Amino acid sequence: MKRWLRSLTNICCVVAFHLGGFTIMAVLNNLQATGGELAIAITGAGGAGVISCGELILRGWARKGGRGMLRKSFGPQIRGGESAALLVLSSNECYTAATHYQLVLALDWINFDRFEDEIQVSSDTLVICDSNDTVPGSIVASGATVRDLSFEQLSKQAHPEGRANMFAVGMLAAELGLSPGDLCQLAEQKLAGKDQAYIEAAHASIVNGYDHPLHCDLKRPAVGDTDSWCVSGNQAVGFGALQAGVRFVAAYPITPASDALEWMAGGLEMAGGQLVQAEDELAAINMCLGAAFGGVPSFTATSGPGLALMTESIGLAVASETPVCILNVMRGGPSTGIPTKSEQSDLDIALHGLHGDAPHLVLAPTDIADCVSTTEWAVQLAQHLQTAAIILTDQFIAQSTGIVSPPVNSQWQAPQSTDVASEQQDYQRYQLTESGVSPRAAPGDPGRRFTADGLEHNEAGTPSARASDHSQQLDKRRRKLASVDFGNNWADIAGGGELGLISFGSTTAAVKRAAQQLADEGIAVTTVALRLLAPLQITALDTALSACNVAIVVEQNHSAQLFYYLRGCCDLAKTVHSVARAGPVPISAEEICASVREVMQA
Amino acid sequence: MTEALVLKPKDYKSRVTPIWCPGCGHHAVLNALTKAMVALGKNKDETVMVSGIGCSSRLPAYIDSYGFHGVHGRGLAVAQGLKVARPDLTVVAMGGDGDGFSIGGNHFLHACRRNIDLTYIAMDNEVYGMTKGQASPTTPMDWDHSKLTPHGPGLRPFKPAAIALSAGAPWIARGYSGNPNQMAKLISEAMEFPGFSFIHVLSQCITYCPEQTDWKQVVHETEAEVVTDMAQAATLFLAEDGMQTGLLFRQQRPCWPPPAQAPQHNAIAVLAKSLRA
Repeated sequence: MKRWLRSLTNICCVVAFHLGGFTIMAVLNNLQATGGELAIAITGAGGAGVISCGELILRGWARKGGRGMLRKSFGPQIRGGESAALLVLSSNECYTAATHYQLVLALDWINFDRFEDEIQVSSDTLVICDSNDTVPGSIVASGATVRDLSFEQLSKQAHPEGRANMFAVGMLAAELGLSPGDLCQLAEQKLAGKDQAYIEAAHASIVNGYDHPLHCDLKRPAVGDTDSWCVSGNQAVGFGALQAGVRFVAAYPITPASDALEWMAGGLEMAGGQLVQAEDELAAINMCLGAAFGGVPSFTATSGPGLALMTESIGLAVASETPVCILNVMRGGPSTGIPTKSEQSDLDIALHGLHGDAPHLVLAPTDIADCVSTTEWAVQLAQHLQTAAIILTDQFIAQSTGIVSPPVNSQWQAPQSTDVASEQQDYQRYQLTESGVSPRAAPGDPGRRFTADGLEHNEAGTPSARASDHSQQLDKRRRKLASVDFGNNWADIAGGGELGLISFGSTTAAVKRAAQQLADEGIAVTTVALRLLAPLQITALDTALSACNVAIVVEQNHSAQLFYYLRGCCDLAKTVHSVARAGPVPISAEEICASVREVMQA
Repeated sequence: MTEALVLKPKDYKSRVTPIWCPGCGHHAVLNALTKAMVALGKNKDETVMVSGIGCSSRLPAYIDSYGFHGVHGRGLAVAQGLKVARPDLTVVAMGGDGDGFSIGGNHFLHACRRNIDLTYIAMDNEVYGMTKGQASPTTPMDWDHSKLTPHGPGLRPFKPAAIALSAGAPWIARGYSGNPNQMAKLISEAMEFPGFSFIHVLSQCITYCPEQTDWKQVVHETEAEVVTDMAQAATLFLAEDGMQTGLLFRQQRPCWPPPAQAPQHNAIAVLAKSLRA
C-alpha cells in the first residue's frame, strides 16, 4: 500500500530524483526566493531534532552576516508530536511568517497534516523527504517537486550513531554557502554536556551532509553586517529586565512564557539576584510585590491563564503603589485555548482585567529586538510611577529567534522629582503631590515606617472609607500616569500617507511589509505601531494620524479588541476599519493589502 | 543608648486604633507581639508585618513598623518574596484561619516546605469574622450558627499543626489568646528561630463563637519536652485534642534560599555577549 502510494506520488510530482542527478537543475531553476527572502521549513516528529537543525542553520547564517528568523511551531506533545522549524532568511529585519516556502525538508511526515495551514507549498516548492515515508496528499496535490532521500541511511554512512537532523544541517549549509567548520563548532556549543561520541556523530553527520549538496540553486538573500544578536523575544525581554535592574523574579511555568523565566534564572544568578519558583501564579505575583515592597525591582512572566489568576494582585500593586512588571506572552485563548500558538487576544484582559478603577501600564514590544528596550522602559516606568506594568508579547515574537542588529536602550529618562519629600517626622507614603507620584520608602529606611495597603487609605496609608480619601487617592493614581511625559516611545510612526495602519506586537512587521507593497502600488500609508497601549496617548495618536482620512486597525484576535479600544478612547475624525483575525496562522502582508484594496475601492 | 533599651511594648504600637470587637483574642496577639519585639529589641525600621485579609490581617497597621496589608490569602507569598529579596529584614506574616488555611492554603503548604526564615502567626478563631460568621476550615463539623451552613459544615476540621508538619515546617508552636505571656515568649522564640516558624494561635471570637470563652477550661500547656522527631510529632498532632499550647515541634534544617551570589563583574555585558550571534 505504502509503496503504491509513493509511486503514485512520484508520478504526480513530475519526477523522482537521485542525488546529483543532472535532470534536477532544469526543473529547479525556478526555485528562487522572492523579495530577497528564502523560506525553508524543516519538519518532523517532536524529538527528531528539527528545531536544533533550524537553530544551527540560523546561527550559521548570522555568522555569515545574514538576517533571518526561526519560528518554532509545535504540537502539544513533547515527544512524538509534530514540530516545525520555519526559517526565513532575508536581507532585512522585518520578520513576518513566510507565506510560501521554497524548500520543505521533511525528516519524517509524522502529523504533517497539522501544519497544512502554516506551511504553504506550491509547484514552486522543492520538497525533500525520506524515501521510507509516504508523502502526504496535500503535498502531492500542491504539485511541489518531491525529491526523496535516504536521510537515515545517509546519516548512518558516516557514523553509526549519525543523525538525520545533523545530516540535514550539513546539506543545507552547503546550499547556503555556510562553512561546515562553523556549523560543527555551533553544534558543539549546542551539544555541550553530551558525551564525546554523540558530538563526534553530529560532526560526522554534518560533514557528510555537506558532501551531499542539493544542487537546487536556491537564491540566497544578500548578506551584510555580522554585528548582530541571535535572540528570541523571550530572551530579549529577560535581558531587558535584567539590564533595567530587575533582581527578583518569581516564576510559575507556563507555555509560551517559561523560556523567558528559564533564561533569566541563569542571568539573575550572575547579576546577584534571586529567583523563586512559586507554587502558582497567585504566589508568583505576590512574591514579586513583596520583593518590590522591599525596594528590589521585580518581574514575573506568564501567559493568558496565569494573567487571569494574577489580576487581583495586579490591582493590589496599583492600590498599594508597588512597582512590578508582568510579561504576558499571548497564546490562543480563551481558557487553555491553543497554548503553543500565537494570538493577540489578551489585550482586553491586560487593559481592563483589573477590578475597580485601577490605572496601570500596558506596553507591547513591536518586534524581537524591541523586546529589550520596551521591557527596559516598562521597568523604568513601573519604578518611577510606582505601579504595575504589563508587557504584552505573543508567541510569535516570544519564541521566534531572530538575527537582529544589537538592540538599543529605551532612551527614556525618569523625570527628576520636583515634589519636596516630606520631613521624616510626618512622612506620608501616599502623600498627594502635583505629579501624583509620592516619595517612596522601603523597609530599612529610618523613620519612614508605613503599612502599604490594598484597602483604600489616606495619605498616611491608614485604611479609610471616606469619600474624600477615595477620590483623592483615585485622582492621584490616575494623575501620575496622565502627567508623566512618555516622550516619543509611545509608538513607532512611519510614512505620511492618507491611509493609516495601526498595529501592535507581531502584526507590526506584516503591516510594515504591507505598507511597502502598497507604496509600490501607489497607495501612501502612515503606519503607527503602538508601544504604549495604556495609558493611551490619545492626542499624540490623533496627531500621528492627522494626514489620514482612513485608518485600519490590524490585529490578531477574533473580536477586534484594539479596534474597539481605540474607538472607545479616541474621537478619530476619520473612517476607521478593522482587520482582525484569530490565530494561530499569522496575519500576512498580503492579507492586509487585500483588505486595504477592499477599503479603498469601497 | 540604643532604641531597644528604652522602648516599651506600647511604643511598638502605631497610632491606629484596632477595629476589633472588645474581647477579641487578636488584641492579646497584638500585645504579645509588641512584648516579643521589646524582648528582642527589634528595630522598628527593619521589621515588616505582612498579612492578607480578615480581622486578624488588620494587625500590621497597629504595629509601628513597616507593614504590608495585601489581598485575601496571599500574605505568606508577599512575605516570602520580601524575605528572599531582603534577607536583612525581620519578616512576620500573619492572618486568620480562612485566610491561611482556605484561600491561602496552597501558600501555607509551600511556605512550610520552603523553610524561608520568617515567622507565621495564624490567628485561628474557627470562623470568618469579617464577613460575619461563616464556617472556616477549622470550624467544628456540627457548628450550626451560620446561615450559609445551617446544619453545620459537616466536614472534618483541618489540623493546622499536622499539616504544617507534613508539609515540612521545622518549628511549630501553639498559643492561646488567654495566655499572652506564653504567647509573647513563643513569638520571640519563633522570631529568633532560623527558618520558617509557625505559631498556631487559638484566638477567640466572642462575637460569632461565644462558646470559645470555654476554651480557658480546656486549653492546657504542654508539659512534655519539645518533640524533635517527625514520626513522634506526627503521632502527637494526629492524636492530640488541638488545645495543648507551647512549643510542640522543632527540627533544625537548612533555610532556603542560599544567599544570593555576589554580582559577577560586568554581568550585564557578559549576558549581552552571550546573545550575540
